[in-house]
Amino acid sequence: MLSFNILVFVALSYVAFLFAVAFVAERRAARGHVGWLQSPMIYTLSLSIYCTAWTFYGAVGYAARSGLEFATIYLGPTLVMVGWWWILRRLVRIGRSQRITSIADLVSSRFGKSTQLGVIVTIISMVAATPYIALQLQSVTLSFSVFAKTSGQEWQAADVNATALWVAIGLAVFTVLFGTRNLDANERHHGIVMAIAVEAVVKLIALLAVGAFVVWGIAGGPAQMLARIDASPIPLWDQSGGRWVTLIFLSAAAFLCLPRMFQVLVVENANERHLGVASWAFPFYLFLMSLFVVPIAVVGLDLLPAGSNPDLFVLTVPLSQGREGLAMLSFLGGFSSATSMVIVATIALATMVSNHIVVPLWLNLQPDQEAVMSGDVRQVILLSRRLSIAAVLALGFLYYRISGGGTALAAIGLVSFTGAVQILPAMLGGIFWRGATGLGAAMGLMTGLVVWVWTLFLPSIGVDAVIPQSVMQTGPWGIAALRPQALFGITGLDPVVHGVMWSMLLNGAMFIAGSLLSFPSPLERLQGAQFVNIFEHSAAAPTWTTGSAKAEDLLIMAQRIMGSAEAQEVFLREATQQGKSGYLPDVTPEFIERLERELSGSVGAATSHAMIGQLTGGSGVSVEDLIAVADEAAQILEYSNRLEAKSDEQERTARALRVANEKLTALSIQKDAFLSQISHELRTPMTSIRSFSEILRDGEMTGDEQSRYARIIHDEAIRLTRLLDDLLDLSVLENGQVVLHQQTGQLCDLLDRAIGAAGLHDSALVVSRKPEAEALTLTSDLDRLVQVFINLIANAQKYCDADHPHLKIVVRTKGRECQIDFIDNGSGIAPENQQLIFEKFSRVTDQSKAGGAGLGLAICREIMHRLGGKISYLPGQSGAAFRVNLPLSETATALA
Amino acid sequence: MGKRVLLIEDEPNIIEAISFILSRDGWTVHTHEDGQTAMDKMLSLPPDMIILDVMLPGRSGFDILRDLRAHDVTKAIPVMMLTARGQEKDRELALRLGANHFMTKPFSNAEVRDQVRNLIEA
Repeated sequence: MLSFNILVFVALSYVAFLFAVAFVAERRAARGHVGWLQSPMIYTLSLSIYCTAWTFYGAVGYAARSGLEFATIYLGPTLVMVGWWWILRRLVRIGRSQRITSIADLVSSRFGKSTQLGVIVTIISMVAATPYIALQLQSVTLSFSVFAKTSGQEWQAADVNATALWVAIGLAVFTVLFGTRNLDANERHHGIVMAIAVEAVVKLIALLAVGAFVVWGIAGGPAQMLARIDASPIPLWDQSGGRWVTLIFLSAAAFLCLPRMFQVLVVENANERHLGVASWAFPFYLFLMSLFVVPIAVVGLDLLPAGSNPDLFVLTVPLSQGREGLAMLSFLGGFSSATSMVIVATIALATMVSNHIVVPLWLNLQPDQEAVMSGDVRQVILLSRRLSIAAVLALGFLYYRISGGGTALAAIGLVSFTGAVQILPAMLGGIFWRGATGLGAAMGLMTGLVVWVWTLFLPSIGVDAVIPQSVMQTGPWGIAALRPQALFGITGLDPVVHGVMWSMLLNGAMFIAGSLLSFPSPLERLQGAQFVNIFEHSAAAPTWTTGSAKAEDLLIMAQRIMGSAEAQEVFLREATQQGKSGYLPDVTPEFIERLERELSGSVGAATSHAMIGQLTGGSGVSVEDLIAVADEAAQILEYSNRLEAKSDEQERTARALRVANEKLTALSIQKDAFLSQISHELRTPMTSIRSFSEILRDGEMTGDEQSRYARIIHDEAIRLTRLLDDLLDLSVLENGQVVLHQQTGQLCDLLDRAIGAAGLHDSALVVSRKPEAEALTLTSDLDRLVQVFINLIANAQKYCDADHPHLKIVVRTKGRECQIDFIDNGSGIAPENQQLIFEKFSRVTDQSKAGGAGLGLAICREIMHRLGGKISYLPGQSGAAFRVNLPLSETATALA
Repeated sequence: MGKRVLLIEDEPNIIEAISFILSRDGWTVHTHEDGQTAMDKMLSLPPDMIILDVMLPGRSGFDILRDLRAHDVTKAIPVMMLTARGQEKDRELALRLGANHFMTKPFSNAEVRDQVRNLIEA
């Protein structure tokens, strides 16, 4: 027999193991190794805190008692993840941009950073979570007692209570250790999340192992299992449509509203894209978790004596078959489910209690300003969080003691869900409806809370525990319309359906009515616009004027709340952005806004707003200013889409016109410059011709002089002709009127021709080539190509200023293109001129040396363009270097 | 020895033509292809007149004219400008900067000879 002491030892070892996991993860995160800690799978696994002990133990009990209805609890979240992930995306985006710390903070921040709303949501969440935490304590305690029984101990009530107490204390210690190390709730709890992910795996494996054992080990295979299920009473249960719809709605809504789900979904979310993975992975996880629920329930009902608690089948079925190892695994699975839920729920609740109740109270008790400037805010907040954790667990334990731990697990879960779901109207309304107001939210929340407490919460504690039996039967003071389970005389409804229906109806109605009848405060309008239009507008309208706040005071306060290192980083970053050195930026409204948001990551929006308000001397924008800003913002938001489209179009047109105009102006300037250049290029040889012909005409000279001048006239006439040829050539090329004569030839032959034509015989220029690379067959207008080569070689000859001028021709084939580089060893071309040289008449060197009109490279550029290639200057070579790119035809590539 | 004419021009053939014409008329012709070296020479040995091309490598003829007019030694030397662009605004600019005469290429030899005589003997 498995000794109880061994069980305790295993449980403690498991906790120690989780400690280690959390510790290692924290260490890695602290050193900046967050890589795999932020994987979407860890995120998905952390969502599994939805599956608490209720799902682990309770689902089987649920199936044994009510048939397939248990599936609704899995269907709701699946629906949200698959179909409504856009709501989640919106929540995550808002949470990120507003530095939201909890669901209470979300509602408070949305409705004008209202302290009251924060308090209301916190109270609702606390009250709703208490039964749920009690449920976890109960399930762990029950599972301990099962093992105690098998090891021969018969537990007294005192033993059970002591166990529950120890479990609660243990959880509190664990949560305090890892949940309050960082103050900023937005500084994710890497350790906790990692530990939860491990627990998620453990509970899944445990449930699958028990399921597999039941199907293959006991029933003898899936077929026999199905037969057993058919024979069992489970499929026979009447399924009420109303209950199904209600329960699916309830679990879907709870998935969004439970503080612990908000914590893992939004606050711990590291990357919006993780939602994408989670949207299929998490439903798959739920599917696996639900796969063996019915088989275990059926086999449990068959095997175990009547009257056995079906909530414990997951444990008792393996135990009854003597599978102690499996039972132990199953115990760890249940233990994991319970502890992970309690830890996260407690952190979430403690953050809410501390930010929305304790710190505001403490601030109010302090004299003005002293609180934020001299008090050790950080220690106060940390202490309040730790105390809140203890208080939340104490309340859970208290509920467990009062309710006596008797109610079925699933029933407690549903009551708890309904409580949490009261936040739904305010939350959804807040992120989708600009018209929602704080008053409406408060009215809805209060109404929902009251109806829920009356119809579900109080009755759940137990008959006669709080509400006497007589009131249940006849209503308070004999008013039948107020009977907890038959409000307004509507009887015959299932209590849960009844409670959900009335609480949500009245809650939603009051929320809408209150919102319609009240006018939002300026800050509410601003926040509302930011929440509802989170995807359209990222920039926030500043809600502060600079007032009297000094940068140094703000820094001191920020250090007290965020810690020195982080506060200094925020200030340094801001100062750097403003172009200032040091740690003190100018206090601009935008900076105060940003700082407020940073602080709200530590203490919540409402408290952060109040603290900043104290320092800026209440110089938060006046109501008039705010209304002006809000109205402006509202108008901008409403009309922006239309206007944006319109002004975009206008701007496009204007830009097109501006570009066209610039082009025309540039063309006109170019044309003038071109004409002036042509004039110069034509007149210069003409001058020599005229002058020397006049000299010849005057006829007073020697025969030598005579023939010399005649030769000058002849040369200049040729120069003129060449210039005119070039101009015509360029004009034809530029207008695209050129007719290309496609021929096929060898590159090496073309280069031979070009070198011959360039007339290198009496020059010092040495050309080096690599014949093997030049064995390329080209199909192109070969004469034009040779013209380009001649130009480049002649340029090298003219301009290369090295003592031993040298031109290297390098041929390379690259894909369907060949590159022919002409690289000389001269001084090259200055970077600023490398583009200029391809322009007409642009000689960068002394023109008398050049001899040409400066059209050569311009013509080359046009030719290469026509041939489908290009010519460009190649910087970074030993001298001037030009690269000719020429496309190779298909066949040429094949041949090459 | 005749009076000295300084020719600042970068086209070898035009240099040769003008040198021939002016030597034939009895002047001594010095030539420079760019303005900066011409400027340095002039300060030690000022010529009697200057013929200045507009389109020169480096600094343009207008820049050189501005320098000439700004310097005590060269301030009063007559300058005739030559240009192949022949635009009206170039003529205006040259005269405004203090050129004594402006001539467009191609020119007649007689015209060059007469203008040089005028400017030196004036």
